[in-house]
Amino acid sequence: MTKLTIDGIEVEVPAGATVLQAAEAAGIEIPRFCYHERLSIAGNCRMCLVEIEKAPPKPIASCAWPAAEGMVVHTDSPMVRNARRGVMEFLLINHPLDCPICDQGGECDLQDQALGYGAGRSRYEENKRAVKDKNLGPLVKTVMTRCIHCTRCIRFITEVAGVPDLGATARGENMEVGTYVEKALGSELSGNIIDLCPVGALTSKPYAFVARSWELSKTDSVDVLDAVGAAIRVDARGPEVLRILPRLNDDVNEEWLGDKSRFSVDGLKRRRLDRPWVRRDGKLAPASWDEAFAAVADRFATARPERIGAITGDLVDAESVLALRDLMRRLGVVNLDCRQRGEQLSTERRDFYCFNSGIAGIDEADAILLIGTNPRREAPVLNARIRKRWLAAGSPVGLVGPAAELTYPARHLGDRPEAIAAGAALLAGAAKPMVILGAGATARPDGAAVLAAAWAVAAGAGGLRADWHGFNLLHHAAGMTGALDLGFVPGPRGKTAAEMVAGGVDVLFLLGADAIDAGRIPATTFVVYQGHHGDAGAARADVILPGAAYTEKDATYVNTEGRVQRGQRAVFPPGEAREDWKILRALSAALGHTLPYDDLDALRAQLDQANPVFGRVGFLPRFGCTDPTPPPGDAAALGSAPFAVTIPDYYRTDPISRASPTMAECSATFAAPLAAAAE
Amino acid sequence: MTDASDVSPGEFPPGQEPWQPAQFAFDAESEAEIAVHLAKYPPGRQASAVIPLLYVVQKQMKRTTGSAWVPRAGMEAVAARLAMPPIRVFEVATFYLMFNLRPIGKWHLQLCTTTPCWLRGSDAVVAACREATGIEGWGETSADGMFTMTEVECVGACVNAPILQVNDDFYEDMDADRTRALLAALRDGTPPPAGSMAGRQASAPEGGPMTLTTLAFAPGEQADAG
Repeated sequence: MTKLTIDGIEVEVPAGATVLQAAEAAGIEIPRFCYHERLSIAGNCRMCLVEIEKAPPKPIASCAWPAAEGMVVHTDSPMVRNARRGVMEFLLINHPLDCPICDQGGECDLQDQALGYGAGRSRYEENKRAVKDKNLGPLVKTVMTRCIHCTRCIRFITEVAGVPDLGATARGENMEVGTYVEKALGSELSGNIIDLCPVGALTSKPYAFVARSWELSKTDSVDVLDAVGAAIRVDARGPEVLRILPRLNDDVNEEWLGDKSRFSVDGLKRRRLDRPWVRRDGKLAPASWDEAFAAVADRFATARPERIGAITGDLVDAESVLALRDLMRRLGVVNLDCRQRGEQLSTERRDFYCFNSGIAGIDEADAILLIGTNPRREAPVLNARIRKRWLAAGSPVGLVGPAAELTYPARHLGDRPEAIAAGAALLAGAAKPMVILGAGATARPDGAAVLAAAWAVAAGAGGLRADWHGFNLLHHAAGMTGALDLGFVPGPRGKTAAEMVAGGVDVLFLLGADAIDAGRIPATTFVVYQGHHGDAGAARADVILPGAAYTEKDATYVNTEGRVQRGQRAVFPPGEAREDWKILRALSAALGHTLPYDDLDALRAQLDQANPVFGRVGFLPRFGCTDPTPPPGDAAALGSAPFAVTIPDYYRTDPISRASPTMAECSATFAAPLAAAAE
Repeated sequence: MTDASDVSPGEFPPGQEPWQPAQFAFDAESEAEIAVHLAKYPPGRQASAVIPLLYVVQKQMKRTTGSAWVPRAGMEAVAARLAMPPIRVFEVATFYLMFNLRPIGKWHLQLCTTTPCWLRGSDAVVAACREATGIEGWGETSADGMFTMTEVECVGACVNAPILQVNDDFYEDMDADRTRALLAALRDGTPPPAGSMAGRQASAPEGGPMTLTTLAFAPGEQADAG
């Protein structure tokens, strides 16, 4: 620890901290543009100048100056103020004063700091320099004349995203940030450079000129477009969600957000189910809620419970899963499944289907084996965490499954299950080994065997200990873990999702289930679809009950780690659509089996009772493995079929992103060339 | 193919100008040089050789096309050879003004106009160059493709100012007449030996040595020194 005095406040900081970090510890804010705590230190904006006694008699860039024992720092002396004013004057020489037409206006670091350190007028009489705008693809809009060369975007893309496309070319006054040879940023995290940019040089292309930051109502929520459960802030104006930004959550997403989660917002306005529909004479016709419920009740009344089934989808919240489960149980239905893709997952124990090491646990792993997963597409933020670990410690990463270009070197051990054994050598000797299985590993006929084999590898490497749990499942879908926690799997003699779809039931209730192969549902099956988008499930449905998307309901989600998180309602569902649990509650009354909760609190009390994990929101204690008994499945029964690519197109994986024009454009820009190259 | 001298920079997106060759491959002579440069750095640190390799590209272009410049395909070849992202090579190549990113003339006239050269008459050298080549602006190439004029900062030979650097050679003690004569010789393909155009030896005083002309000390001096 180092003790120093800043503006008369004595602080103690860990050795190696910088003066700027020490000032933050003392509660003193130092203005900065280039410094960012999650990026390397550049020291090129010079805004963080401070005065340090007995140091060189000049203003010192605090972001790059190590704090030393007994140092006396002044952050508000005349020298400091003058120096910062000078820096600001230089920055404003070439920065256009176009705040009124700049999207960053109102949330601009330069604007804010110019208020404190900017002169009222400019002494510069020459022409400002102008820089050509760069085309960085469909997500990031550039106005490069506004760039102040802090290089945050370059450092982020190079260090965190691991896709070194951006750089600073030329020098001095001619320096430009860009790709030199025009290309779209090939990173799934590219949207984060918009947040990082302290000025309006990089702004959101889909959000260009849409709204001002102060007009928006801001709601804290969680992301559901992948299973990571990133903390987000939903910015809405009136009935419309206009943008989604990441929030800080060090345990989950740090402060990053994948492009799909950030830019799918326009999908929330399109292809929405805003009223009930009932199929009459083969065609879906608009109906009232009463008519829709009556149609469902009629059909349910004549169906035997063993011929009724329910499947939940990717984006479902725990409350509606519980309501559906309770309703089905009251009807005597055991055909329940949340594993749309046929994942062979056991709900026997929670650590058989969770990311047990924790996402923050990746920061400690010293060898990582990926099985049947491409984390770059399935969970880009988590992938960045693996890259961070690889950068920090050089932890080896092995990949069993389809060869993939990750953002760190991964040893490709093979694309068939037999290669799992080779992973044992990679993990050997690691103190904290991690095995990560994707949906591609379990959604196959021998999925249980793969699960058991992976468990055996983790156990063999010493990864299943009381202080470390190295067995991890990375799900695709935000709704998966919550549904598994609620036991939404087939009961005794119950049918699986695939069996239900293939004619195993006469009445099929789909709660947002769009990943099933709707084409295989026989024409005689009566399909009820409850959800928010007119996607695969709704197209086949006989009755459509319009639900709410994740921005339109107070709901609980469990991320792949098993972390229970609450999303909040930012806007109301469109038209006659309602929150999903309320629909199920109303339907239960129509079916004559009224569910015992009339408000969200009562429902959540039931949730806690159904599984105590729901009583612990947000916080997830780290736990080791206390019972090394493997999950059911014969590790010797591994098949020989290669692991399949589970997400061919990162930008279109769920009803919301499939409805989004921005995602369609990304798909055309990035995924199509990739697919063409693969052929 | 559009001639590089016809357009101003920025008219085309960088790296996509019509005069960019589609591909670039190191020839045998370049490969031999690359091996020498790569051997200087420990394994895994080959990226340190990026500047020498860009020079290899520029020299190969001079050998094969008569114009010493670094095409985008050449930068990409360097990136591939050194296992670097291409943008890192673009950054280096655009930072150093010694790399020409567009085709230049046969003789690259690099005129120093920094203070010492300027005080010693670089303006006259510049004017003579303009007159002899017909070039108006900096960075432009003459219509016949023989000359490109570039303004450079101090080349570190102020003692023999003003300096006119032609390709890799320094011509020192320039004035208008000597510049005209030099350019005529270059045009004929008979470049004179590099060095002082005033005929002095290295940086010795004009007209020969002024001190230490005799081995013996003058009588009396030695006594005073004692």
